[in-house]
Amino acid sequence: MSSEAHADSHAHSSVHVESLGVYFAIFGALIILTGITAWVAFHDYGQALNDLIAIGIAVTKASLVVLFFMHVRHSTKVVKMVVVSGVVWLLVLFAFVLGDVFARGPYSVIG
Amino acid sequence: MSSSAHAPNLAHHFESYEQQRESASLGMWLFVAQEIMFFGGLFTAYLVYRINNPEIFKMASSELNIYQGGINTAVLILSSLTMALAVREAQLGRSKRIVALLVATFILGGVFVGIKYFEYSAKFEHHLVPGEHFDLHLNAEELAYLEKVGITDQAKIQSRAQMFFSIYFAMTGLHALHMLVGMALIIWLIPKAWRGVFNADYHNPVECFGLYWHFVDIVWIFLFPLLYLLGRNIGA
Repeated sequence: MSSEAHADSHAHSSVHVESLGVYFAIFGALIILTGITAWVAFHDYGQALNDLIAIGIAVTKASLVVLFFMHVRHSTKVVKMVVVSGVVWLLVLFAFVLGDVFARGPYSVIG
Repeated sequence: MSSSAHAPNLAHHFESYEQQRESASLGMWLFVAQEIMFFGGLFTAYLVYRINNPEIFKMASSELNIYQGGINTAVLILSSLTMALAVREAQLGRSKRIVALLVATFILGGVFVGIKYFEYSAKFEHHLVPGEHFDLHLNAEELAYLEKVGITDQAKIQSRAQMFFSIYFAMTGLHALHMLVGMALIIWLIPKAWRGVFNADYHNPVECFGLYWHFVDIVWIFLFPLLYLLGRNIGA
Protein backbone atom coordinates (compact mmCIF):
# COMPACT_ATOMS: atom_id res chain seq x y z
CA MET A 1 0.00 0.00 0.00
CA SER A 2 2.38 2.71 -1.12
CA SER A 3 1.26 6.29 -1.40
CA GLU A 4 1.64 5.99 -5.20
CA ALA A 5 -1.04 3.29 -5.21
CA HIS A 6 -3.36 5.66 -3.42
CA ALA A 7 -2.53 8.51 -5.73
CA ASP A 8 -3.16 6.23 -8.68
CA SER A 9 -6.48 4.99 -7.37
CA HIS A 10 -7.39 8.58 -6.59
CA ALA A 11 -6.95 9.49 -10.23
CA HIS A 12 -9.24 6.66 -11.31
CA SER A 13 -11.82 7.37 -8.68
CA SER A 14 -14.75 8.45 -10.78
CA VAL A 15 -18.35 8.85 -9.79
CA HIS A 16 -21.24 9.17 -12.20
CA VAL A 17 -22.97 12.53 -11.68
CA GLU A 18 -26.44 12.49 -13.19
CA SER A 19 -27.63 15.65 -14.95
CA LEU A 20 -30.11 17.86 -13.11
CA GLY A 21 -32.67 17.42 -15.88
CA VAL A 22 -32.91 13.69 -15.21
CA TYR A 23 -33.80 14.25 -11.54
CA PHE A 24 -36.47 16.84 -12.36
CA ALA A 25 -37.92 14.66 -15.13
CA ILE A 26 -38.22 11.70 -12.75
CA PHE A 27 -39.81 13.94 -10.11
CA GLY A 28 -42.35 15.15 -12.70
CA ALA A 29 -43.12 11.58 -13.77
CA LEU A 30 -43.65 10.48 -10.16
CA ILE A 31 -46.10 13.35 -9.49
CA ILE A 32 -48.03 12.69 -12.72
CA LEU A 33 -48.24 8.95 -11.96
CA THR A 34 -49.55 9.76 -8.46
CA GLY A 35 -52.26 11.89 -10.07
CA ILE A 36 -53.16 9.10 -12.49
CA THR A 37 -53.39 6.46 -9.77
CA ALA A 38 -55.74 8.70 -7.72
CA TRP A 39 -57.84 9.51 -10.81
CA VAL A 40 -58.16 5.83 -11.80
CA ALA A 41 -59.25 4.92 -8.25
CA PHE A 42 -62.40 7.02 -8.70
CA HIS A 43 -63.39 5.17 -11.85
CA ASP A 44 -64.68 1.62 -11.94
CA TYR A 45 -63.01 -0.66 -14.46
CA GLY A 46 -63.89 -3.76 -12.44
CA GLN A 47 -62.08 -4.37 -9.16
CA ALA A 48 -59.43 -6.65 -10.67
CA LEU A 49 -58.42 -4.14 -13.34
CA ASN A 50 -58.52 -1.26 -10.84
CA ASP A 51 -56.13 -3.20 -8.59
CA LEU A 52 -53.89 -4.15 -11.50
CA ILE A 53 -53.57 -0.51 -12.62
CA ALA A 54 -52.87 0.67 -9.04
CA ILE A 55 -50.14 -1.96 -8.53
CA GLY A 56 -48.74 -1.39 -12.02
CA ILE A 57 -48.37 2.35 -11.40
CA ALA A 58 -46.86 1.80 -7.93
CA VAL A 59 -44.31 -0.67 -9.36
CA THR A 60 -43.46 1.79 -12.15
CA LYS A 61 -42.95 4.62 -9.63
CA ALA A 62 -40.82 2.41 -7.37
CA SER A 63 -38.72 1.34 -10.38
CA LEU A 64 -38.10 4.96 -11.36
CA VAL A 65 -36.95 5.78 -7.82
CA VAL A 66 -34.69 2.70 -7.68
CA LEU A 67 -33.14 3.18 -11.11
CA PHE A 68 -32.63 6.96 -11.06
CA PHE A 69 -32.82 8.39 -7.52
CA MET A 70 -31.01 5.36 -6.06
CA HIS A 71 -28.60 5.17 -9.01
CA VAL A 72 -29.08 1.44 -9.62
CA ARG A 73 -28.86 2.20 -13.33
CA HIS A 74 -25.14 2.89 -12.78
CA SER A 75 -24.56 0.47 -9.90
CA THR A 76 -22.31 -2.58 -9.85
CA LYS A 77 -23.69 -5.97 -10.85
CA VAL A 78 -23.59 -7.22 -7.28
CA VAL A 79 -25.81 -4.30 -6.14
CA LYS A 80 -28.24 -5.06 -8.97
CA MET A 81 -28.30 -8.68 -7.80
CA VAL A 82 -29.13 -7.62 -4.23
CA VAL A 83 -31.97 -5.38 -5.48
CA VAL A 84 -33.48 -8.16 -7.59
CA SER A 85 -33.08 -10.77 -4.86
CA GLY A 86 -34.76 -8.44 -2.34
CA VAL A 87 -37.82 -8.29 -4.58
CA VAL A 88 -37.70 -12.01 -5.39
CA TRP A 89 -37.71 -12.99 -1.70
CA LEU A 90 -40.68 -10.71 -1.11
CA LEU A 91 -42.53 -12.46 -3.95
CA VAL A 92 -41.58 -15.85 -2.45
CA LEU A 93 -43.11 -14.70 0.85
CA PHE A 94 -46.32 -13.63 -0.92
CA ALA A 95 -46.50 -16.79 -3.04
CA PHE A 96 -46.13 -19.26 -0.16
CA VAL A 97 -48.51 -17.42 2.17
CA LEU A 98 -51.14 -16.94 -0.55
CA GLY A 99 -50.80 -20.58 -1.59
CA ASP A 100 -51.74 -21.46 1.97
CA VAL A 101 -54.61 -18.94 2.07
CA PHE A 102 -56.16 -20.21 -1.15
CA ALA A 103 -55.62 -23.88 -0.24
CA ARG A 104 -57.53 -23.43 3.03
CA GLY A 105 -60.26 -21.24 1.58
CA PRO A 106 -62.03 -18.43 3.46
CA TYR A 107 -61.43 -18.72 7.18
CA SER A 108 -62.98 -17.16 10.26
CA VAL A 109 -60.15 -16.79 12.72
CA ILE A 110 -61.37 -13.38 13.83
CA GLY A 111 -64.78 -11.92 14.52
CA MET B 1 0.36 7.08 8.69
CA SER B 2 1.39 8.92 5.57
CA SER B 3 -1.33 7.34 3.44
CA SER B 4 -4.09 8.73 5.68
CA ALA B 5 -2.70 12.20 5.12
CA HIS B 6 -2.80 11.65 1.36
CA ALA B 7 -6.22 10.04 1.41
CA PRO B 8 -8.50 11.46 4.07
CA ASN B 9 -11.59 9.41 4.87
CA LEU B 10 -10.23 6.37 3.02
CA ALA B 11 -10.26 3.44 5.44
CA HIS B 12 -6.95 1.58 5.36
CA HIS B 13 -8.54 -1.75 4.34
CA PHE B 14 -9.78 -0.33 1.04
CA GLU B 15 -7.64 -0.12 -2.08
CA SER B 16 -9.37 2.98 -3.41
CA TYR B 17 -12.21 5.39 -2.84
CA GLU B 18 -14.15 3.67 -5.58
CA GLN B 19 -13.87 0.31 -3.82
CA GLN B 20 -14.86 1.99 -0.54
CA ARG B 21 -17.91 3.57 -2.18
CA GLU B 22 -18.99 0.31 -3.81
CA SER B 23 -18.60 -1.56 -0.53
CA ALA B 24 -20.65 1.03 1.35
CA SER B 25 -23.41 0.95 -1.28
CA LEU B 26 -23.49 -2.85 -1.26
CA GLY B 27 -23.77 -2.91 2.53
CA MET B 28 -26.55 -0.33 2.48
CA TRP B 29 -28.41 -2.24 -0.22
CA LEU B 30 -28.24 -5.42 1.85
CA PHE B 31 -29.81 -3.43 4.69
CA VAL B 32 -32.51 -2.16 2.32
CA ALA B 33 -33.19 -5.75 1.12
CA GLN B 34 -33.71 -6.69 4.78
CA GLU B 35 -36.05 -3.70 5.15
CA ILE B 36 -38.09 -4.99 2.21
CA MET B 37 -38.72 -8.18 4.20
CA PHE B 38 -39.38 -6.14 7.38
CA PHE B 39 -42.23 -4.26 5.70
CA GLY B 40 -42.98 -7.35 3.60
CA GLY B 41 -44.49 -9.15 6.59
CA LEU B 42 -46.99 -6.31 7.03
CA PHE B 43 -47.77 -6.20 3.32
CA THR B 44 -48.45 -9.96 3.54
CA ALA B 45 -50.85 -9.41 6.46
CA TYR B 46 -52.61 -6.75 4.38
CA LEU B 47 -52.87 -9.13 1.42
CA VAL B 48 -54.29 -12.01 3.47
CA TYR B 49 -56.91 -9.94 5.30
CA ARG B 50 -57.92 -7.97 2.24
CA ILE B 51 -58.41 -11.14 0.19
CA ASN B 52 -60.69 -12.45 2.93
CA ASN B 53 -62.61 -9.18 3.43
CA PRO B 54 -62.48 -7.24 0.16
CA GLU B 55 -65.78 -5.36 0.57
CA ILE B 56 -65.38 -4.39 4.24
CA PHE B 57 -61.83 -3.18 3.48
CA LYS B 58 -63.31 -0.84 0.84
CA MET B 59 -65.68 0.67 3.40
CA ALA B 60 -62.90 1.08 5.98
CA SER B 61 -60.46 2.54 3.42
CA SER B 62 -63.01 5.17 2.39
CA GLU B 63 -62.81 6.55 5.95
CA LEU B 64 -59.23 7.68 5.30
CA ASN B 65 -58.65 11.26 4.17
CA ILE B 66 -57.56 11.04 0.54
CA TYR B 67 -56.37 14.69 0.48
CA GLN B 68 -54.04 14.28 3.45
CA GLY B 69 -52.76 10.99 2.01
CA GLY B 70 -52.35 12.48 -1.47
CA ILE B 71 -50.59 15.63 -0.29
CA ASN B 72 -48.27 13.52 1.83
CA THR B 73 -47.44 11.40 -1.22
CA ALA B 74 -46.44 14.55 -3.12
CA VAL B 75 -44.48 15.86 -0.10
CA LEU B 76 -42.51 12.61 0.13
CA ILE B 77 -41.77 12.54 -3.60
CA LEU B 78 -40.55 16.14 -3.37
CA SER B 79 -38.36 15.16 -0.40
CA SER B 80 -36.92 12.33 -2.49
CA LEU B 81 -36.03 14.90 -5.15
CA THR B 82 -34.28 17.19 -2.65
CA MET B 83 -32.49 14.13 -1.22
CA ALA B 84 -31.35 12.96 -4.66
CA LEU B 85 -30.10 16.50 -5.35
CA ALA B 86 -28.29 16.52 -1.98
CA VAL B 87 -26.44 13.35 -3.01
CA ARG B 88 -25.60 14.98 -6.34
CA GLU B 89 -24.18 18.05 -4.60
CA ALA B 90 -22.20 15.75 -2.28
CA GLN B 91 -20.72 14.10 -5.38
CA LEU B 92 -19.72 17.58 -6.53
CA GLY B 93 -18.42 18.53 -3.07
CA ARG B 94 -20.52 21.71 -2.75
CA SER B 95 -20.97 21.91 1.03
CA LYS B 96 -23.42 24.83 1.27
CA ARG B 97 -25.75 23.28 -1.28
CA ILE B 98 -25.63 19.88 0.44
CA VAL B 99 -26.64 21.53 3.72
CA ALA B 100 -29.46 23.53 2.07
CA LEU B 101 -30.89 20.43 0.39
CA LEU B 102 -30.60 18.32 3.56
CA VAL B 103 -32.45 21.04 5.47
CA ALA B 104 -35.15 21.05 2.77
CA THR B 105 -35.43 17.26 3.02
CA PHE B 106 -35.70 17.52 6.82
CA ILE B 107 -38.46 20.13 6.59
CA LEU B 108 -40.43 18.07 4.06
CA GLY B 109 -40.07 15.03 6.34
CA GLY B 110 -41.43 17.18 9.16
CA VAL B 111 -44.39 18.28 7.03
CA PHE B 112 -45.16 14.62 6.29
CA VAL B 113 -45.06 13.60 9.95
CA GLY B 114 -47.08 16.71 10.89
CA ILE B 115 -49.86 15.85 8.44
CA LYS B 116 -49.72 12.27 9.74
CA TYR B 117 -50.24 13.63 13.27
CA PHE B 118 -53.46 15.38 12.20
CA GLU B 119 -54.61 12.24 10.41
CA TYR B 120 -54.04 10.08 13.47
CA SER B 121 -55.81 12.65 15.70
CA ALA B 122 -58.88 12.53 13.47
CA LYS B 123 -58.92 8.72 13.68
CA PHE B 124 -58.93 8.91 17.48
CA GLU B 125 -61.80 11.41 17.38
CA HIS B 126 -63.80 9.29 14.94
CA HIS B 127 -63.41 6.09 16.99
CA LEU B 128 -61.37 4.41 14.28
CA VAL B 129 -58.51 3.28 16.51
CA PRO B 130 -58.75 -0.49 17.12
CA GLY B 131 -59.84 -1.35 20.63
CA GLU B 132 -62.74 -1.01 23.01
CA HIS B 133 -64.07 2.23 21.54
CA PHE B 134 -63.78 1.28 17.87
CA ASP B 135 -66.98 2.17 16.04
CA LEU B 136 -67.15 2.43 12.27
CA HIS B 137 -70.15 4.52 11.24
CA LEU B 138 -71.56 3.54 7.87
CA ASN B 139 -74.25 5.57 6.15
CA ALA B 140 -77.38 4.04 4.61
CA GLU B 141 -75.78 3.95 1.18
CA GLU B 142 -72.74 2.06 2.44
CA LEU B 143 -74.88 -0.39 4.43
CA ALA B 144 -77.03 -0.96 1.34
CA TYR B 145 -73.90 -1.69 -0.68
CA LEU B 146 -72.65 -4.24 1.84
CA GLU B 147 -76.09 -5.87 1.98
CA LYS B 148 -76.08 -6.14 -1.81
CA VAL B 149 -72.81 -8.11 -1.67
CA GLY B 150 -74.24 -10.31 1.09
CA ILE B 151 -72.67 -8.78 4.22
CA THR B 152 -75.25 -7.98 6.91
CA ASP B 153 -73.55 -9.17 10.12
CA GLN B 154 -72.77 -5.86 11.91
CA ALA B 155 -70.40 -7.48 14.42
CA LYS B 156 -68.40 -8.96 11.55
CA ILE B 157 -68.28 -5.59 9.75
CA GLN B 158 -66.92 -3.93 12.91
CA SER B 159 -64.33 -6.64 13.59
CA ARG B 160 -63.00 -6.78 10.02
CA ALA B 161 -62.96 -2.98 9.70
CA GLN B 162 -60.99 -2.99 12.93
CA MET B 163 -58.55 -5.36 11.26
CA PHE B 164 -58.12 -2.86 8.41
CA PHE B 165 -57.31 -0.10 10.88
CA SER B 166 -54.93 -2.35 12.84
CA ILE B 167 -53.02 -2.94 9.61
CA TYR B 168 -53.30 0.76 8.70
CA PHE B 169 -51.76 1.86 12.00
CA ALA B 170 -49.08 -0.84 11.97
CA MET B 171 -47.95 -0.02 8.42
CA THR B 172 -48.18 3.76 8.55
CA GLY B 173 -46.80 3.74 12.11
CA LEU B 174 -43.73 1.74 11.15
CA HIS B 175 -43.35 4.00 8.12
CA ALA B 176 -43.63 7.17 10.25
CA LEU B 177 -41.05 5.72 12.66
CA HIS B 178 -38.71 5.34 9.69
CA MET B 179 -39.34 8.97 8.79
CA LEU B 180 -38.40 10.10 12.31
CA VAL B 181 -35.24 7.98 12.27
CA GLY B 182 -34.42 9.48 8.88
CA MET B 183 -34.90 13.02 10.19
CA ALA B 184 -32.57 12.24 13.13
CA LEU B 185 -29.96 10.97 10.67
CA ILE B 186 -30.22 14.21 8.66
CA ILE B 187 -29.35 16.12 11.85
CA TRP B 188 -26.27 13.87 12.12
CA LEU B 189 -25.33 14.53 8.46
CA ILE B 190 -25.72 18.33 8.39
CA PRO B 191 -22.64 19.25 10.51
CA LYS B 192 -20.50 16.82 8.50
CA ALA B 193 -21.67 18.44 5.26
CA TRP B 194 -21.11 21.90 6.78
CA ARG B 195 -17.50 21.01 7.64
CA GLY B 196 -16.95 20.15 3.98
CA VAL B 197 -15.90 16.51 4.37
CA PHE B 198 -17.90 15.34 1.35
CA ASN B 199 -16.50 15.36 -2.18
CA ALA B 200 -16.35 13.26 -5.34
CA ASP B 201 -14.21 10.65 -3.56
CA TYR B 202 -15.96 10.50 -0.23
CA HIS B 203 -19.72 11.00 0.13
CA ASN B 204 -20.76 7.55 1.37
CA PRO B 205 -22.80 8.77 4.38
CA VAL B 206 -24.94 11.04 2.15
CA GLU B 207 -25.25 8.39 -0.57
CA CYS B 208 -26.22 5.62 1.88
CA PHE B 209 -28.64 7.84 3.77
CA GLY B 210 -30.19 8.74 0.42
CA LEU B 211 -30.81 5.03 -0.26
CA TYR B 212 -32.59 4.76 3.08
CA TRP B 213 -34.72 7.86 2.47
CA HIS B 214 -35.72 6.75 -1.04
CA PHE B 215 -36.63 3.31 0.28
CA VAL B 216 -38.98 4.89 2.83
CA ASP B 217 -40.50 6.90 -0.04
CA ILE B 218 -41.04 3.69 -2.02
CA VAL B 219 -42.88 2.08 0.92
CA TRP B 220 -45.28 5.04 0.92
CA ILE B 221 -45.69 4.81 -2.87
CA PHE B 222 -47.26 1.38 -2.21
CA LEU B 223 -49.11 2.32 0.99
CA PHE B 224 -51.00 5.23 -0.60
CA PRO B 225 -52.97 3.23 -3.20
CA LEU B 226 -53.30 0.12 -1.02
CA LEU B 227 -54.66 1.92 2.05
CA TYR B 228 -56.30 5.13 0.81
CA LEU B 229 -57.78 4.38 -2.58
CA LEU B 230 -60.00 1.33 -1.99
CA GLY B 231 -63.74 1.58 -2.54
CA ARG B 232 -63.54 4.97 -4.23
CA ASN B 233 -64.72 3.29 -7.45
CA ILE B 234 -68.05 2.17 -5.93
CA GLY B 235 -70.91 3.76 -7.85
CA ALA B 236 -68.49 5.45 -10.28
